[in-house]
Amino acid sequence: MTASGGEKVVIVGAGPAGIRAAEMLVQAGVRPIIIDEGIKAGGQIYRRPPPGFVRSPEQLYGSEARKAEALHTVFDRMLAAGQIDYHPQSSVLTIAGDFLQALTPAGRKDFTYDRLILATGAMDRLAPIPGWQAPGVFSLGAAQIALKAQGVALGSRIVLAGSGPLLTLVATQLLKAGAKIAAILDTSSIRDQAAGLPGMLARPGLVLRGLLMRARLGRLYHAGVTLDRIETDERGPVGLCWRDARGRAHVTACDMVGLGWHLRAETQLAGLAGCTFDYDESWSQWLPRADRMGRAAAGLYLAGDGLRILGADGAEVAGRLAATACLADMGLPSPDARSDLRRLGRYERFARAMARAFPWPGEMVRAVPDDTVVCRCEGVTAGQLRESVIYGGGEANRVKSLARVGMGRCQGRYCQLAGAELIAGTACIRVCDAGRLREQAPARPLPIGLWVRDA
Amino acid sequence: MTSEFQPAGPGGRIVRLAENGRPQVRFRLDGLDCQALAGDTVLTAVLVCASAVRQSEFGREKRAGFCLMGACQDCWIWQEDGGRLRACSTLVAEGMQLRTVPPEAWL
Repeated sequence: MTASGGEKVVIVGAGPAGIRAAEMLVQAGVRPIIIDEGIKAGGQIYRRPPPGFVRSPEQLYGSEARKAEALHTVFDRMLAAGQIDYHPQSSVLTIAGDFLQALTPAGRKDFTYDRLILATGAMDRLAPIPGWQAPGVFSLGAAQIALKAQGVALGSRIVLAGSGPLLTLVATQLLKAGAKIAAILDTSSIRDQAAGLPGMLARPGLVLRGLLMRARLGRLYHAGVTLDRIETDERGPVGLCWRDARGRAHVTACDMVGLGWHLRAETQLAGLAGCTFDYDESWSQWLPRADRMGRAAAGLYLAGDGLRILGADGAEVAGRLAATACLADMGLPSPDARSDLRRLGRYERFARAMARAFPWPGEMVRAVPDDTVVCRCEGVTAGQLRESVIYGGGEANRVKSLARVGMGRCQGRYCQLAGAELIAGTACIRVCDAGRLREQAPARPLPIGLWVRDA
Repeated sequence: MTSEFQPAGPGGRIVRLAENGRPQVRFRLDGLDCQALAGDTVLTAVLVCASAVRQSEFGREKRAGFCLMGACQDCWIWQEDGGRLRACSTLVAEGMQLRTVPPEAWL
């Protein structure tokens, strides 16, 4: 099947990291299996609309149009030439040893492999605010996906709130497309942002572009805000209550709220595959351990935002590095990685400075009232979580067993960082000492019939 | 880009901004005839004419999806035949019969 002595390589994820990893393997004569959830390859930031949409890459991806096009072209060329075994719209459910199970459009499918490259990307990092369970509250990433892949705005009068590069970017893209935005509320203060600036100069072009975008947002943008609550009626949000940097209270009328605080690495599969995790203080989250090339264990490689949150450019580099490591470990000729490693170092300096400029709002989360929903899946409140810490102890998995925070359909993806913050606040311990939720298969919900039929 | 701003329909929450020239697709939502455009996800199609895709099982509020990338599992919607689908990652198809609430006969 391959030129690698029959070794089978599976790549999970067809975003910037997965596509570049595949390209490098293909160049070495390996035909990788690629499993991806998307309808088309490209990942989230370079997501492609379904067939029938006609906007140009410039309209869809702005300044990143050429990078997006290059990536899509590489993928389409490999697919057309039969150089990859591609499984779109397929979700990996579990990983065990040298085999994994996926839910594909044709049903359940098992894959065996000798080497596995996980390029699972990232998702919005969310903090709970009172009212965020209402319909019409979305993640910032959702607002961007809706615009890019569907040409729509998720509301008629939008408030975007949170922090991180996506806040400015999504606001800019929505305004340009003709959406109505009522306010852009950044919980990061001007002081935080200034503290991150020196390190961010590792990529001066990006900083300049960001500052220009920010300047064009004008008076819609407010830094250093505190978000108090989302006022809702049966249909969803009617207003967002917030305080400005001087402590003055405001209510901004809206029918849609987009929330997000930078990104959280998608690490469910890395955990199921047996990775070790370390708490990373700059990104305020648990990240899998790997060497600079992305080697996490024998035959297991990680690349992209699921390993280190460096953004799309960093993901392309990390994808190439993981494939290079994979080829070297298979005893095949692999390219010189030194320039990619240098680039990775520069991207990482920038990304850590960015994390400092747009920090996780730990204090705001600790202060949420008891009736705030923390787990959107099952409506578990901060009060229920705090109570479980008092009688059960300050450990994330125990709190999950007792209060069900992290037990719902999203499997803790959207509540576990806030949960750890609340546990730490209640138990008077450090966030890293609250521990980390153990991953449980299946990583996505699936029709039980698929298993019953096979039993 | 020239905006093709098209306000949300009565009851809907999504505003179309571009790409409105696609062919129309008909589907049914809670027994009523609705129209979408080819290439709409089920989520887009539903939220153009309604404010939510389902009722939360754990709270009084309805739900309308959250992440749009298949991670949060908030947008599962019922079909008339009893199955459910994830609205953000499924394209709408002619003749789909969707329900924001399961029929009373199932309860």
